[in-house]
Amino acid sequence: MLRYVLRRLLTAIPTLFLIVTLSFFLLRVAPGGPFSQERGLSPEVRANLERVYQLDAPLWRQYLSYLGNLLHGDFGPSYNLPDFTVADLFRVGLPVSVQLGASALVLALILGSILGIVAALRQNRGVDYAVVALATAGSTIPTFVIAPLYQLVFALTLAWVPVAGWGGGALVNKIGPALTLALPQIAIVARLMRGAMIEALRANHIRTARALGLGSWSVVVKHALRGALLPIISYAGPAAAALLTGSVVVETVFAIPGVGRYFVDAALNRDYTLVMGTVVVIAVFVIMFNLIVDLLYALVDPRVRYD
Amino acid sequence: MTELVLSRPVKGRSLWIDAWRRLTANRAAVVSVVYLLLMGVACLVGPLLTGHHYTTIYTDYVRVPPSLTAYPKPDQISGMLDELIRRMRVDLVAWNDQDDRISLTIRSSRPIDPRVVRYFDRSSSFADPKVETTSPDGLTLTLSTAVAKHYFLFGTDNTGRDLLTRTLIAGRVSLAIGLLAGLTAVVIGVIYGATAGYLGGRIDDIMMRIVDVLYSLPFIFLVIMLVVFFGRNFVLMFIAVGAVQWLDMARIVRGQALSIRRQEYVQAALALGVSPLGILWRHVVPNTLGPVAVYMTLLVPQVILLESFLSYLGLGVQEPLTSWGVLIAQGAKNIPSATWLLIFPSIFLTSTLFALNFLGDGLRDALDPKDR
Repeated sequence: MLRYVLRRLLTAIPTLFLIVTLSFFLLRVAPGGPFSQERGLSPEVRANLERVYQLDAPLWRQYLSYLGNLLHGDFGPSYNLPDFTVADLFRVGLPVSVQLGASALVLALILGSILGIVAALRQNRGVDYAVVALATAGSTIPTFVIAPLYQLVFALTLAWVPVAGWGGGALVNKIGPALTLALPQIAIVARLMRGAMIEALRANHIRTARALGLGSWSVVVKHALRGALLPIISYAGPAAAALLTGSVVVETVFAIPGVGRYFVDAALNRDYTLVMGTVVVIAVFVIMFNLIVDLLYALVDPRVRYD
Repeated sequence: MTELVLSRPVKGRSLWIDAWRRLTANRAAVVSVVYLLLMGVACLVGPLLTGHHYTTIYTDYVRVPPSLTAYPKPDQISGMLDELIRRMRVDLVAWNDQDDRISLTIRSSRPIDPRVVRYFDRSSSFADPKVETTSPDGLTLTLSTAVAKHYFLFGTDNTGRDLLTRTLIAGRVSLAIGLLAGLTAVVIGVIYGATAGYLGGRIDDIMMRIVDVLYSLPFIFLVIMLVVFFGRNFVLMFIAVGAVQWLDMARIVRGQALSIRRQEYVQAALALGVSPLGILWRHVVPNTLGPVAVYMTLLVPQVILLESFLSYLGLGVQEPLTSWGVLIAQGAKNIPSATWLLIFPSIFLTSTLFALNFLGDGLRDALDPKDR
């Protein structure tokens, strides 16, 4: 087991290296630069700025120095937010995004699973159709429609929650963003759980358990659920990585100081270091959660072993 | 002589005929297909029938709410007249409304040029103005004009354009983008996945490693880079988006191809000396089409959603052309005051996505060999 984890971590290194290299050159090949969009910047000033950030050096040297800094844990300064280093921005924003993403993930897993199980147990009846319709709605209505609707109803009309803002992570501020972030995920988890549960309930060992006279609740929770968890786990890995690294729409609409907002702006303004930093952080999350998923597999399904 | 009675050969049911039968038995899927066809026809033909062009601006009707009756409303006429009279630099003495025409008397301290009626011609709210009588001193004029009737079933937007026409035009763009990017993804994904799966071994390893690396790159990063490269040309851009979306497709097709290449008919073809390319085209690709069809119906809504997300970020289709995503993004910004701007495009988008999803589910059930 430990050897398996170590091997996986070792193979992550070339993957990360490839990702860094690919995105570095992709960014640099793109037309424009971090200082090309500010109007009224005289060529001398621009040349000076580029010298300060060593953007005038040959590309391969910039690449090597970026790699070198990265190995020391230095993500470099942000070009468009000049008072901050990329690491500073993450130190402030990442906890917020992670907190929000984790709440959304927990919500999605619990609510989605319950909905899916209920639908599977009442297959082709009213409840089932309602869940399927809800799941379809959840995955087809864009977040940027739901978020303003939520604000309109609960903040502006009913005045139960603040319209936007983080409020230091107060619960009332978190409900809306967490729910809007979770809704599409709830929909997908419910669908996956419904499908997997229907399959699991048809399995022979479930029939045996029923024939032995086990109560239907214990059959579902102890025996069927375990088999049905596999697709949920494999979905939850990438979903967790995506949720925890922040969402552009939700963080923008609710004015939340997370890291999700940076990414799009940074890419559009060619804030090279900030984009690269975000790419690296997201890739690390993806690799980490893929590993966790594979380990969880072994935990849930005794047929899976890593020796 | 004994007569040979040949029973007619049993006609096999092909996968597709079978699937078609089961699909047509699925009511939700059939309703979805009909709905999608209607939506397609409405978006293609509809903009010609609404009586408005999607770029026409009605300055008199900015942000008017949706209504089944024609504009102008009786209480609006007076305001519109006042505005015109102000621009004509004359005084309004009296006006009254009689059988669809308005007659009005205007006066000025200087003789009035009868050509002032052109102001009525230019306004989108009035039509067919006539000078009825002119007073002998030329200071007073009696005019009559018809009121142009406009229907804004979905209301108008912030610049006074008909929302119904714009929603239908947006539908053209969104559906075209969905199909275009979906097809691109399918073509690349099928070719790539079938090649990797059929060739197997080291080539397969390398090809799939490449897919893995592309997977770990944040999707939105790739898309933004593509937008930067291709500029605002949305056709190119969505071919590019399709070129990002093919990763899942490649994985699905590869899995299928891996099992297909061990089938007897492939070995038979190999023994007969069919080239690898021929086997790929004749045996591998057609046999992967079932899952591909399912995935495509689920991919199209994903792309439409993605397009709307990009438009929301301001990276999508540019004005005056529009898409459902652009309309929704604008609607979301106007939400407390002009809810119709969000509601109508959202209904169109969501119902289309609903139908595509139900069709995808139906296709999956119909093509699932386990359910036979």
